[in-house]
Amino acid sequence: MSAMLIMLAFLIAAIFLAIQSGWGKKMNLEQWAVGGRGFGTVFVFLLLAGEFFTTFTFLGGSGMIYQVGSPAYYVLMYLTLAYVFSYYLLPPIWRYAKEHRIVSISDFFRSKYESSLLGMLVAVVGMVGSVPIVVLQLKGLGIIVSETSYGMISPTLAMWIGTIVVTVYVMISGIHGAARTAIIKDITIVMIVVFLGIYLPYHYYDGFKPMFEAIQATKPGHLTLPDKGQSLSWVISTVLLTVVGFYMQPGLFAAALSAKSVKVFRRNTIIMPLYTLMLVFVFLVGYTAILQVPGLKGAEGDLALLRLSIQTFDPWFIGVIGGVGLLTALVPTSVFLLTIGTLFAKNIYQPLAKSSSEEHIAKVAKVTVPVVALISLYFVINGGNALYALLLMSFSLITQLFPALLCSLLPNNNPVNKYGAAWGILCGVATVAYLTISKTTIGTLFPDLPQAVKDLNTGFIALFVNLLITFVVSALTRNSVAKKETISSPNY
Amino acid sequence: MKPIHVLGLIPFIGMLGGLPFANKATPLVLGLPFLLFWIVLWVILTSVVMAIVNFLDPSNREEEV
Repeated sequence: MSAMLIMLAFLIAAIFLAIQSGWGKKMNLEQWAVGGRGFGTVFVFLLLAGEFFTTFTFLGGSGMIYQVGSPAYYVLMYLTLAYVFSYYLLPPIWRYAKEHRIVSISDFFRSKYESSLLGMLVAVVGMVGSVPIVVLQLKGLGIIVSETSYGMISPTLAMWIGTIVVTVYVMISGIHGAARTAIIKDITIVMIVVFLGIYLPYHYYDGFKPMFEAIQATKPGHLTLPDKGQSLSWVISTVLLTVVGFYMQPGLFAAALSAKSVKVFRRNTIIMPLYTLMLVFVFLVGYTAILQVPGLKGAEGDLALLRLSIQTFDPWFIGVIGGVGLLTALVPTSVFLLTIGTLFAKNIYQPLAKSSSEEHIAKVAKVTVPVVALISLYFVINGGNALYALLLMSFSLITQLFPALLCSLLPNNNPVNKYGAAWGILCGVATVAYLTISKTTIGTLFPDLPQAVKDLNTGFIALFVNLLITFVVSALTRNSVAKKETISSPNY
Repeated sequence: MKPIHVLGLIPFIGMLGGLPFANKATPLVLGLPFLLFWIVLWVILTSVVMAIVNFLDPSNREEEV
């Protein structure tokens, strides 16, 4: 009972903070979606950090260590390197976005390539890639609440409550709510994770060293990368792909736009890598669980952290873990929901409805939120294999936006035009879908290649197809674009 | 591309390039398996590198807040 009361207190605090953060602000679309571009280092840090410290890292990070071991380190590496990359990538994006009042990634494409159709395509890719993330968070939320309430609240009920709460606060206060809630979320999660990561190994093994020695003795090979499958070349290729795709995620892109100056990103590149070290503590919890709560099979591995905690601590503390877990689901979910809302209203609804009133668009964006939330909820409760396939490919789908985006940032003479960009993205997305659904890998295509090449992330195939089509189509259509521009140039 | 920006490649080369040599469980350093220690070390070094880049990058002084 005490566990549930504590969780409830977290929930109420989150709702209060979120609603209060929106008071007295005129919520036009720019204010709602990117906080009027007024967030300083701390808020942007929290938003970007909040995006990565989700239920997936909390449960999935320890779960992956529990199940497969070292390949889980890739998360730590890609986050660190993605921040390094952001030092160079984000400032030009931010400057252009500010100048053209851009609030989403599809806006950016629409404006750079002067094509609403391309904007629409990017919006669709962004939405298809984002919904699985919302679904994943809701699922995690259900697991956390039902486990930490000792089964008193069913996962389904927990997901319903979570969905309603997050919908209400996204609609009222937009990104301000997420930023505000992120403060208590991040402070509490850091304390909890560091505590668990140190206390549990010491409680069960008297230290890290004896723990790893015990694991090494019982499960040799668990502490290094395997020779095939998720091997060295898988890790390196996956890290590189994830680094370039990282900021293509519409939610992260929007969070980056909320910064008030480019210095905010640059400064963040110093602290962000250190912050990812929090994951090491999550890993340590996963390692403790390996021999202490044995027998979790497959997807159950995600329960490792919660099961180990329940077996170790008093109910009130489980309530605290549950409350923090709740917040790790709510903050990213709210950012993703509001991004999906913005994408739909601004880049799909507006061009189709030919509506120009900013107020009306903001309203459509807000109304989209509960619709998407309900669709996601439906997927969590009824989703089968389709959902799993979507989850697997969501990140690779989003990464397909990278080549055209990067080319559009070139200071002069972008070699890619709108036709090239659109066809490249379409073909890249189709390749990802085909590879995922048919379970094709480089290994199945070319069985004779060395193992290291076979283990490369299949995302590279899609990216290669994408690049090829992008440049070929751009080259073929160069003349027709040039002609059209001379005809229509008076309009600009 | 200013010369200072090349510094940003160091974390990539160090962290990923070093992996083939660091992919082993022992010796345990600070109680961590060697592979994990290697990555943690590079995360910290990355932060240091980025602090240097931030400090040296002239565009941080040019632009007003």
